[in-house]
Amino acid sequence: MTTETRPADHEIRDLERVTIRFAGDSGDGMQLTGTQFTRTAAVFGNDISTLPDFPAEIRAPAGSLPGVSGFQISFSSSDIHTPGDAPDVLVAMNPAALKTNVGDLPAGGALIVNSDAFTPQNLNKAAYASNPLTDGSLKPYTVFEIPISTLNERSLDGLDMTSKQKDLTKNFFALGIMFWLYERSMDPTLAWIDDKFGKRPVVAEANKRALKAGYAFGETTEIFHTHYRVAPARLGPGTYRNITGNEATALGFLAASKLAGRQLFYGSYPITPASDILHQLSGYKNFGIKTFQAEDEIAAIGAAIGASYGGAMGLTASSGPGIALKSEALGLAVMVELPLVVVDVQRAGPSTGMPTKTEQADLLQVLFGRNSDSPVPVVAPATPAECFTMAIEAWRIALKYVTPVVYLSDAFLATGAEPWRIPELSELPEIGVENWTDRATFQPYDRDPETLARKWAVPGTPGLEHRVGGLEKADITGNVSYDPDNHHRMQLLRQEKVARIANDIPDLEVHGPPSGDLLVLGWGSTYGAIRSAVERLQADGRSVAHAHLRHLNPFPRNLGEVLTSFRRVLVPEVNLGQLLMLIRARYLVDAVGYDKVRGKPFRIAEIEEEALRLLGESARS
Amino acid sequence: MTATDNTNGANGHGLDAGPGGGAATALSPENAEMIKLTRKDFVSDQEVRWCPGCGDYSILAQTQKVMPDFGYPKENIVFISGIGCSGRLPYYMNTYGFHTIHGRAPTLATGLKAARPDLMVWVITGDGDALSIGGNHVLHSMRRNVDLKMIMFNNRIYGLTKGQASPTSEFGKRTKSTPVGTVDTPIVPLTIALAAEASFVARSVDTHTEHLQQTFNRAGFHKGSAFVEVLQNCNIFNDGAWRDFTDREVREDRMLVLEHGKPMIFGKDRDKGIRLRGLHPEVVTLGEDGVTEADLLVHDEQSEEPYLALMLSRMFWPDFPVPVGVLRAVPRPTHDQLIEDQLTAAVASGGEGDLEKALFSGETWTVE
Ligand SMILES: Cc1ncc(C[n+]2csc(CCOP(=O)(O)OP(=O)(O)O)c2C)c(N)n1
Ligand code: SF4
Ligand SMILES: [Mg+2]
Repeated sequence: MTTETRPADHEIRDLERVTIRFAGDSGDGMQLTGTQFTRTAAVFGNDISTLPDFPAEIRAPAGSLPGVSGFQISFSSSDIHTPGDAPDVLVAMNPAALKTNVGDLPAGGALIVNSDAFTPQNLNKAAYASNPLTDGSLKPYTVFEIPISTLNERSLDGLDMTSKQKDLTKNFFALGIMFWLYERSMDPTLAWIDDKFGKRPVVAEANKRALKAGYAFGETTEIFHTHYRVAPARLGPGTYRNITGNEATALGFLAASKLAGRQLFYGSYPITPASDILHQLSGYKNFGIKTFQAEDEIAAIGAAIGASYGGAMGLTASSGPGIALKSEALGLAVMVELPLVVVDVQRAGPSTGMPTKTEQADLLQVLFGRNSDSPVPVVAPATPAECFTMAIEAWRIALKYVTPVVYLSDAFLATGAEPWRIPELSELPEIGVENWTDRATFQPYDRDPETLARKWAVPGTPGLEHRVGGLEKADITGNVSYDPDNHHRMQLLRQEKVARIANDIPDLEVHGPPSGDLLVLGWGSTYGAIRSAVERLQADGRSVAHAHLRHLNPFPRNLGEVLTSFRRVLVPEVNLGQLLMLIRARYLVDAVGYDKVRGKPFRIAEIEEEALRLLGESARS
Repeated sequence: MTATDNTNGANGHGLDAGPGGGAATALSPENAEMIKLTRKDFVSDQEVRWCPGCGDYSILAQTQKVMPDFGYPKENIVFISGIGCSGRLPYYMNTYGFHTIHGRAPTLATGLKAARPDLMVWVITGDGDALSIGGNHVLHSMRRNVDLKMIMFNNRIYGLTKGQASPTSEFGKRTKSTPVGTVDTPIVPLTIALAAEASFVARSVDTHTEHLQQTFNRAGFHKGSAFVEVLQNCNIFNDGAWRDFTDREVREDRMLVLEHGKPMIFGKDRDKGIRLRGLHPEVVTLGEDGVTEADLLVHDEQSEEPYLALMLSRMFWPDFPVPVGVLRAVPRPTHDQLIEDQLTAAVASGGEGDLEKALFSGETWTVE
């Protein structure tokens, strides 16, 4: 490899879509590298989709296999729905990162490795018997061995830093190479570095130099023959920003509070992958949003219910283990019929499971994981950007029907990002409810005849003093009642109240023919993979459609009709068949499931293959 | 639906939780004079259903009696309870009330008070509710100094579930669940409250009605977390738990009524006192061995560190007279006030939040 002073001649090729995976030690700053590339691609106007994949350990032993952290980004000049089935380019910062990721790289894929990290010691930590750079095992790939650590350290010559400190900036060198390779401007990242490290000029300087040195390396060496261009995507007109699901969720709740004209109270106990919602909402104090880091998840929901009782919008979030702790209190909210939103950012379980990995296996938990019949409406966003809309939708239902609502997100939605067309305020829905104040007509469990929402009066309202609680309430008066017929009536009323929400939500949309051979039905974060698979099949002339549920309780009114309009129904889920069980039980359709619980989102090809298999099966039968 | 738009009030951000504002809401004897409520105003229409002879009746009656003292209109007072016999109390108060779930009342009170600082919030709990299933929440609501008045009915037993041992049952006690005696060491509620940084800690007795009223009155006027242990008799499952020192004939000799700034004297003949010997308290007799009033400990409920209060919390019959009254009452910023202050500061430094700005924040790009 030669380092020339003049730019080498490089060919430029246009590509429609590229998927890059950055992989390194958790101390190597791979999440940051990925995020910076994402921002740059988004601002450039590509459609993007990302998949951060990091270990639960904050710093697993350096160089070890469990310590590998990855970030995949797909960017495109056309509309894309997923972070890509497989990377086109893998950047591996050490042997462990190579070992855990190279299996996903298709033959012929580009592999950029930091050759400096392939020391006997690191090879040993990654359990490599021989050096993959020399033993021929990487033959199927186009390998670029770059001594990133050495080159980077050289570029920082003269800076007042230890070798170790210098080495911490090598991810920016790698990022610089990728920026050059895909013709990206360094400006957004340079500005970000100034902003972030402005108070530590040496660190800022080092990171900037590392980035520029990586870029110059690509430009001046002949190691790469080609660099690539991915034109901006033709997204609809509007102003966009890049957003993760957790960011969109928090913004949605902020907007809901403004739209409803009520104080938002957020009670939460830290848990991956929900904590970022707390971090973000705690920055909105100038909006009057009150956040409360509780002593545990029970206290978090208790405080949220207390706030709602006082007339605020009580909100709480957690992941599966915390939702389990909240279940008794959620039952209380069902009984006292107060507005409340409970967010479950699902992760792989059971128990602590794989805390940073995705899964959508809490559906039955939130529907049925409480004592007795305890109906709660459930909504689920399908994409990171949609988290905004669905957060508002959760509150629309909670306020209008004076009921707790569960909002189901997951780790993939929460941490994945995509461009979001920012709505104008005028596009946002009207939501809200007024508290009851009229003495003459007040009864605590008297209901709106249409919605069955009970009359919600809050403390401080003169003349409406009354008592609520977890004991069964007499219809209308709300006094404690053990009357058998009353209990039966109240159970039916609570169920009917939730069921009637079906009259107030959009019909399920079918993407593709309204009837045909196969319907692929999904919910939550499987949206992108299903949509892409179905579009490929449609392009091949197959009679296949996609429908995606955003409301899981109650279901849209036309769901039964949609299901019976297709010869076969396939339900891919990142669980062992939960929605499948619900629709089979409810609609008596012979739908089949396709389940993968690997802590990772579906690949498009997997769903496509399964759909084809099913189509073949039904063609034979 | 008839409903009025009522979104003014409690915080200055135009996003209000509830009515607030309006009538006099402040804690003050002057307001009390103006509003002029009586005990009867606080009696609800629900039939009281405790066992005849239960100590809870007296606690309810004294609670209703002191409510007019505070100057809050009754719609601004909320009673929140957990589960247990004690948990039924809110149904009998003609205020707003919330009978929640076992052990969790302090959490609801914390959220309610944070959202609605204009309300006066009482928490009603039992020894099992507060110290067993809800122990964690008691700790944290006290350390945060949530402005709530927690009344803990201590009958040293699980009443509602018919007589199992509680965290305050004495070691070795035989109950339905411990037929040959409990092997668990009991905890002292007041010590727990003090360790949790409660800013107001007091004890009284169900049958000592006047003292109970005074204690509730003090708790009600305290700004911040008030923890009041009421020694309560469960005549069905643990009758006479406190009789040895609370009975009329013996109480003066076996209990120490604390008064701020006064020497610790007790006894029918006011001839006994508490003196400090090294690090330990001891009972002395005035006039014996040259002991005078000047040798006695003087009660100070306001001392910055709770050493004295902690010592008092550990004194118990038969080794010592049982202290009742206010052990500790110190000023400390309340949780809801601290939260409000942060919001106010955020608005002062960054201006009122602008939703449009928040949505369009970060790096944006426009597609024509
Ligand atoms: C989650 C839960 N666990 C258990 C119970 C049963 N339970 C109700 S009250 C109670 C104990 C109450 O004891 P205490 O707090 O001392 O109240 P008391 O009845 O003595 O006033 C128990 C165990 C319950 N209601 N909820
Ligand atoms: S069981 Fe005991 S505490 Fe409960 S009401 Fe009866 S006497 Fe009172
Ligand atoms: Mg008890």
